[in-house]
Amino acid sequence: MAQSTSSVITLNVNGEKRTLPVDHRTTLLDALRERLDLTGTKKGCDQGQCGACTVLIDGRRAVSCLQLAVAAEGREITTIEGLADGDQLHPVQQAFLDLDGFQCGYCTPGQICSALAVIEEHAAGWPSAATTDVRPEAGVPPLTADEIRERMSGNLCRCGAYVSIVQAVARAAGVETAQAAPALPQQGRTEEGTAA
Amino acid sequence: MDFLRPASWEEALAAKAEHPTAVPIAGGTDVMVEINFDHRRPDVLLDLNRIGELQEWEVGEETVRLGASVPYTRIIERLRGELPGLALAGHTVGSPQIRNRGSVGGNLGAASPAGDSHPALLAAGAEVEAVSVRGTRMIPVEEFYTGVKRNCLEADELIRAVHIKKADGPQQFSKVGTRNAMVIAVCAFGLALHPETRTVKTGIGSAAPTPIRARAAEEFLNAALEEAGLWDNGRIIPPSVARQFAELVSGAANPIDDVRGSAAYRRHALGVMARRTLGWTWDEYRGNERSARCA
Ligand SMILES: Cc1cc2nc3c(=O)[nH]c(=O)nc-3n(C[C@H](O)[C@H](O)[C@H](O)COP(=O)(O)OP(=O)(O)OC[C@H]3O[C@@H](n4cnc5c(N)ncnc54)[C@H](O)[C@@H]3O)c2cc1C
Ligand code: FES
Ligand code: FES
Repeated sequence: MAQSTSSVITLNVNGEKRTLPVDHRTTLLDALRERLDLTGTKKGCDQGQCGACTVLIDGRRAVSCLQLAVAAEGREITTIEGLADGDQLHPVQQAFLDLDGFQCGYCTPGQICSALAVIEEHAAGWPSAATTDVRPEAGVPPLTADEIRERMSGNLCRCGAYVSIVQAVARAAGVETAQAAPALPQQGRTEEGTAA
Repeated sequence: MDFLRPASWEEALAAKAEHPTAVPIAGGTDVMVEINFDHRRPDVLLDLNRIGELQEWEVGEETVRLGASVPYTRIIERLRGELPGLALAGHTVGSPQIRNRGSVGGNLGAASPAGDSHPALLAAGAEVEAVSVRGTRMIPVEEFYTGVKRNCLEADELIRAVHIKKADGPQQFSKVGTRNAMVIAVCAFGLALHPETRTVKTGIGSAAPTPIRARAAEEFLNAALEEAGLWDNGRIIPPSVARQFAELVSGAANPIDDVRGSAAYRRHALGVMARRTLGWTWDEYRGNERSARCA
């Protein structure tokens, strides 16, 4: 078999087919940003830790820095650019705007893609690590602030806009924001999760 | 770097036989970090993502045959009843995005002593199904790890699945890290009660060159439970027994000092985790026994 180092691939991004040659080492993140001019997806760490490059692949959230572009062929890729419907922002985008779910905005595209998946995963009944009773029969607890924080834990925000991010996710999920995100700093913090 | 995308398992085995140095890639959460940072320059990459059966599992009478590429998310969602220890361990891996891709096959392939699957697999009891064009080997997971980031796979072999004993009693997993999300374990401990055989099994992570069982601790506890008739009478485990068990678990470890923690801290933490997980699982066992007797 002849060794080859590149291939011509067709990526399905935001419902559009885009054909391009790529070196086999190219990550999906670099292909999106450098080759397809979709610079909404951000690179923070290039090693899966920050979540800034989160996109949806076949509806599931994934970090695009740990995905090879060649291996993404044939999958449906959704980036932040693909969420709005014309001028009509996606409800999650709108919630981030309305509730100031960012400061510099660098982490925001990843936060929003992740939030979309959080809302779907929760609706589909997936438990999280904050779910204390993970027995199948226990069901899934409501999307509280703790649940949202845990479910969003793959997305870091260097500006520390977490309080409003949690509120925005709650708003987009249609959860009572008061219950989901109490005004944190003012309240005396209580020790959470003392082992029984 | 050549990129191979076999469409079937047979093709993948043939490709691995033809290119023994090819690096398999499943979720890519280990391999891609190495490639992005140039820690590894494979001449051939073997993408396993088109092979459907690696993403599937079968629940049998006594074991679950878990396809090598099944991501943690699926295990947590679909198999937490059969494999509670592995589901709990899976919950602590990386972040939701990492758990959507990362797999037990990849964790075994990487064979990091800090891999979170390992303590759960050791405690539950598991065998690795390693396959090549030459045939299939079933490798007890205890024998699978051969050194730091080394396993006993031959160059032409791939992991097809892991056969994990279905839980016959309570299981727990505990991990010490510097924060909740995205941390490599400072050390980790898995424990499974096996009421059917009246045995207890353990797994230690990040505290020796390979994941290990604390066999002396298991033997001590098995004997102590038997002698006091505790499996039958469902009484609490005497504190002296729990303490001795914890000390033996600490003693089984052979940890190092590194940036994540000192050897002494790891030993101490293991003892604490051993005592706690024993308490939790035994409480659950007694609860079940009590309700069974009342019913
Ligand atoms: C941000 C981040 C956080 C992480 N946190 C954790 C953590 O908390 N705990 C933890 O345990 N791990 C963690 N990891 C490591 C990684 O996610 C896990 O080891 C995961 O299980 C790897 O699975 P994968 O399918 O992605 O493996 P891959 O990266 O695809 O492969 C890993 C290794 O296994 C080999 N391999 C894969 N499939 C097979 C097969 N079928 N047969 C033979 N060899 C195979 C590959 O060649 C490679 O050597 C983290 C990684 C990242 C990037
Ligand atoms: S750039 Fe991908 S997770 Fe940080
Ligand atoms: S808004 Fe600046 S990093 Fe999150």
